[in-house]
Amino acid sequence: MSALVSAAGAPTPAERFRDAVGVALVALLLGVPMIGLTTVDQGGALRVATRWPTLLAFVATAFFGRLVLRFVFDRLKKRRTALERASGAAGAGSHSASKSHGKILVLVGWLALGIALALPVVYADNRYVVDTATTVLIYVMLGWGLNVVVGLAGLLDLGYVAFYAVGAYSYALLSTQFGWGFWQALPVAGAITASFGLILGWPTLRLRGDYLAIVTLGFGEIIRVILVNWTAFSGGPNGIASIPRPSFFGLPFKPPGDTPTFASFFGLEYSPAQRIVFLYYLILALALLTNLFVTRLRRLPVGRAWEAMREDEIACKAMGMNVTNVKLSAFALGAMLGGFAGVFFAARQGFISPESFTFNESAIILAIVVLGGMGSQLGVVLASLVLVLLPELGRDFAEYRMLLFGTAMILIMIWKPAGILSQREPTLRYAAPGGGA
Amino acid sequence: MSHEPILSVERLSMRFGGLTAIDDLSLDVPAGKITAVIGPNGAGKTTFFNCLTGFYKPTVGSVRLNHPQRGTLRLETLASYQVARTAQVVRTFQNIRLFPRMTVLENLIVAQHNRLQAASAFSIAGLLGLPSYCQAEARAMDKAVGWLKRLNLIDKADNAAGDLPYGTQRRIEIARALCVDPILLCLDEPAAGLNPRESAELNDLLMHLANDEGISILLIEHDMSVVMRVSDHICVLNYGRKIAEGSPLEIRNDRNVIKAYLGEEDADEELHAEVGP
Repeated sequence: MSALVSAAGAPTPAERFRDAVGVALVALLLGVPMIGLTTVDQGGALRVATRWPTLLAFVATAFFGRLVLRFVFDRLKKRRTALERASGAAGAGSHSASKSHGKILVLVGWLALGIALALPVVYADNRYVVDTATTVLIYVMLGWGLNVVVGLAGLLDLGYVAFYAVGAYSYALLSTQFGWGFWQALPVAGAITASFGLILGWPTLRLRGDYLAIVTLGFGEIIRVILVNWTAFSGGPNGIASIPRPSFFGLPFKPPGDTPTFASFFGLEYSPAQRIVFLYYLILALALLTNLFVTRLRRLPVGRAWEAMREDEIACKAMGMNVTNVKLSAFALGAMLGGFAGVFFAARQGFISPESFTFNESAIILAIVVLGGMGSQLGVVLASLVLVLLPELGRDFAEYRMLLFGTAMILIMIWKPAGILSQREPTLRYAAPGGGA
Repeated sequence: MSHEPILSVERLSMRFGGLTAIDDLSLDVPAGKITAVIGPNGAGKTTFFNCLTGFYKPTVGSVRLNHPQRGTLRLETLASYQVARTAQVVRTFQNIRLFPRMTVLENLIVAQHNRLQAASAFSIAGLLGLPSYCQAEARAMDKAVGWLKRLNLIDKADNAAGDLPYGTQRRIEIARALCVDPILLCLDEPAAGLNPRESAELNDLLMHLANDEGISILLIEHDMSVVMRVSDHICVLNYGRKIAEGSPLEIRNDRNVIKAYLGEEDADEELHAEVGP
């Protein structure tokens, strides 16, 4: 009888008790060496001391904690099954539900755009807010770039920061060595990073999954190590300083001088905030262009080919698709977008060094794409907000900041294992006759 | 033209290390007909398909395709994507390979990638939405919708392909292959997992394709109710060797075939019972 009941979902108290005892035993086993025994320094000699009360508290916490946890989980599960049953009864409404879901997302997208446009107006005097928003947008742009490679084409790239670095150094060198302006350097730097994408893509054509990840990881490190060691070229660990800032169609953001500046041209009073706001709108424009570009591409044969390749490479070949070209185009385009973000980064900071392009950055960008939901454009925005703002908000917690950050990521992965927005929007629909449109 | 085989396989062998999966196989596939390749599990049928479609490079032998427009093509020298693109030999897979998270319609549009990609002119015409690209896309859509209607899949067009039942997925895979405009369609166990009604529908479809659309079909199948009804020509493999070839009637009564499937005795009735992988 009890087996029957437990098969139906709710475990008996005895089962719960046994489960908790099991957990407590494991806690005890782990706790004896880790908590129960400790070394103390006594007159120069190490002696082993015991801490049985602490251990007891630890085991008791594990026992009761497990009881509570199980109880909560079972309640949640029960509620979910009840919900599923209810929605199952609603039946064929799921299709229209997914459509309305899409409508909400579109609304959220426009809302986000509105907020992004209005933000510097509202916070014009708060440099910190605009600066942080600019950082968020850089990550959004990087996320959208990597989304092409990882989210759409399904090629796991752990060295994406390499392209970011190549873009940044391209602009830094072109501007400091040859005196190129931001707008001249932008397309050239994009082309340079795209060719770096091909350089990475070509030898890794036959690799998939974990193997590809390892090679791309290596690629990211190679670029960084070259930048650190080739001092004559890149300035080595000292980086490149005094990189020119972008100008507003030739009007620099400077205190009034002999030449016309942005402030003098428009008859405004000079304030350093003007440049900050300009930079913000610049990255916003770049990011929006990127978004438009990628969203369009996704609905074109290349985009569908990327997604098809993510789904099944062998089937793609059987359909006559040259997978080599598809892969290389994904690598090159993703790299190019990362390069653009790099150019902006260099122009904004005015100083770059290899320290800005460590594996940590790659990991964060990848986390943005994965947490956002692979392939979802809006998901990248939400994930960037979470990943950039959480450490910022967590500054008050000092050394617990990273702990908070990690916990948030784990929680997202538990509740939304496929990312915040995992629903895939079809690239085209068959409008059924009578089904509208 | 019609007497010339569309595909002639000559002395094909495929060895994996010490294992000979296909041993000195020669076979002519008649044009515009349905040819079945049958044999017990492990006979080398799928390996044979992989050799034809460029997924394996045969150890020895040649595979010649008589393409009505492009002349004779040596399939064993082509990469797998060229076999589909240039030679228009398209295959399906034993363990269905759809693009599961894409919709049925998208699956069929992806199958027309090459034509659309050419029309999109490195995506520039596509990005700008030029009329040339829009027309190409509309044509691709028409073709996809046409096949979906023909195969009774149109009400599933916007569903994710991976969420549909097994039998439906099999039909989608065939529809997708048809969107590549094959002259030779290689089907690897298309009836596996189908119920009797679906299997009868498949028979009709295959005969329609061969008789009305002029598509030659090469078929690997275990379901004898399909094989015996639709095939014009049957080739039987066992341990990588061809042990018999001929019309369904000849194969039904062939001692070697009966022996390969069942041992010595009492073959006929059990041959009918042989189903599934």
